[in-house]
Amino acid sequence: MLQIEDLWVTIEDKEVLKGINLEIQAGETHTLFGKNGSGKSTLLMTLMGFARYKVVQGQILFKGTDITQMPTHERARLGLGLAFQRPPTIRGVKTRDLLQVCSGKGRQAAEALAFDYDFEGFLEREINYGFSGGEIKKSELLQLLAQDPALVLLDEPESGVDLENLQMVGEIIRRLLQKERRRVDRDKSGLIITHTGFILNYLNADKGHVMCDGQIACHGIPREILEHIKEQGYEECVRCLTTPK
Amino acid sequence: MPDDPKVTAARGRDKKAAAGPDVDLKQYSRQGGDWAYDEQYQGFDAAERSHLLKAGIELTDEEHAATFFQADRAVMHCKVSQPGLEVLPIKEALERYEWVKDYYWRLVSPDSDKYTAQTALDLDNGYFIRALPGAKIVHPVETCLYIRTEGLAQHVHNIVIAEPGSELNVITGCTTHPGVKAGLHLGISEFYVKAGARLNFTMVHNWGTDIHVRPRSAILVEEKGTFISNYILLKPVKSVQMDPLVRLTGSGAVTTLQSIVVAHPDTELDLGGRVYLEAPQTRAEVIARSVTTGGKSISRGHLVGKVPNVKAHLECQGLILSETGIIHAIPELTGEVAGVEMSHEAAVGKIAQEEIEYLMARGLDEDEAASTIVRGFLSIKIEGLPMALEEEIERTIREARKGL
Repeated sequence: MLQIEDLWVTIEDKEVLKGINLEIQAGETHTLFGKNGSGKSTLLMTLMGFARYKVVQGQILFKGTDITQMPTHERARLGLGLAFQRPPTIRGVKTRDLLQVCSGKGRQAAEALAFDYDFEGFLEREINYGFSGGEIKKSELLQLLAQDPALVLLDEPESGVDLENLQMVGEIIRRLLQKERRRVDRDKSGLIITHTGFILNYLNADKGHVMCDGQIACHGIPREILEHIKEQGYEECVRCLTTPK
Repeated sequence: MPDDPKVTAARGRDKKAAAGPDVDLKQYSRQGGDWAYDEQYQGFDAAERSHLLKAGIELTDEEHAATFFQADRAVMHCKVSQPGLEVLPIKEALERYEWVKDYYWRLVSPDSDKYTAQTALDLDNGYFIRALPGAKIVHPVETCLYIRTEGLAQHVHNIVIAEPGSELNVITGCTTHPGVKAGLHLGISEFYVKAGARLNFTMVHNWGTDIHVRPRSAILVEEKGTFISNYILLKPVKSVQMDPLVRLTGSGAVTTLQSIVVAHPDTELDLGGRVYLEAPQTRAEVIARSVTTGGKSISRGHLVGKVPNVKAHLECQGLILSETGIIHAIPELTGEVAGVEMSHEAAVGKIAQEEIEYLMARGLDEDEAASTIVRGFLSIKIEGLPMALEEEIERTIREARKGL
């Protein structure tokens, strides 16, 4: 599904990603851990092809196609979907219209989705205008449901969500990643940035990675990594990783 | 009305306006334009009709509480379809009712500048609209001020009165014949919103490329009255300069002034909105959104709190879509006493890259994303508008936006 080879990325001439290698197979869910500023969000933004993130070396293959220089909208149409951590507000444009853009299936599909997750009241509202943290997350995830991407990129889906809504966020992500199906029957993949790991209470991830200073420093079983980080903190985690065994 | 307006006007006939490019009145013809009355709107061909539609004018009496159509100097159509409402050409109203002259030139002075003076000295016509006390006029009153002859100067004076407890919705489309390039429109408008009345006034401008426009408007809102104004200008015009003044004189009076405008190359816009909050518990909101695709847009707003316990907000936003356009936002606040709560925000710039990329991440290409954002920027949303009116405004904006 996704293959990242020796990816180096700069933001305003500052090196942020320094040789990332990562492969995600169809049906797999991966989680990314790492301190603030370690490059997790940069990796997701780069995958989506935003202008600030300049690939200076390496390549990104998605469904076998080299998308390294592909414009954002073509990546979206090819099946990449990103839930933003802090999406912009767009005044005067209704959330309904955005959902319709995502689904490409017209009004009814958008409305049905909103109905499923108790979101009808937001359809007439301007995109993200005056939304709470939890409402933003819900809106982002519903957009992805409408988009139905092959590879789901989630940037801290649980941040700012209260406990009551956390379950719903978990449910939507499960649906996005076809978690109701048997492992072998899934074809949707996911790459999820999580700080707290809360989201792992709602879904199993297949592989975990720890990012440190623009590199993927460690791979492992997500829950084990999380426990390790919880017990010892990132410092210890990084020390362990950087000490030759 | 203490003086004869013509006497007062004579004092101002050479007075340049405080803002906007100066227009030489002698450049414009005062001949012709005496169109015959047209009961069935038969004298309009398809091209003219579709052009009028872009200013929101449908040329039908259906679903309108009343219609008023003035082409050049002549009133071609004037019809009332709902009880509780009076609509007349202003000249007829002045003849029919002695008291109308108490409303005539009361809020705008004839010697304000040469444009008001010229209109007072040589009036063509205009509309007089009055909602009777308590009348709820649901369907909009549709008025049109139309320049149909090349090079003509049109002099108009309008009076709108919402009597106590009434509700009135007026949509005015001001436009030119598709073949007309140059012309001048001078329009005086005086609005009276009495106790507990509610007046929604929507004005759509869709002029020719060489037209100069000088509206002079003032509005008086009494106790618990509401005045809502929407102004829409999306097509090229030579220049528009106006700075309407709303006086909230009764306690609890409320006003919202919204405008969405586009300054095309060679267009010069100088648009303001002043609100004097003269009574306690009055509230005002001024929202101005302008886009430039190469022209100049000056966006003024001035809120004046004259008594304690008033609340007002001013918002000027500008979007620059070309290298050559200019947007100049001038928001002003004056508090003359303690206890006023007034604020403003102004922002001018290009479309935010992150907004474009956000929409691109959902599958829109860059151009589609940018035009979606511009369309959103140029939309008007007001709570509490009657459905029919809201639909009509939305449809008008949609029509006017075509080809932007």
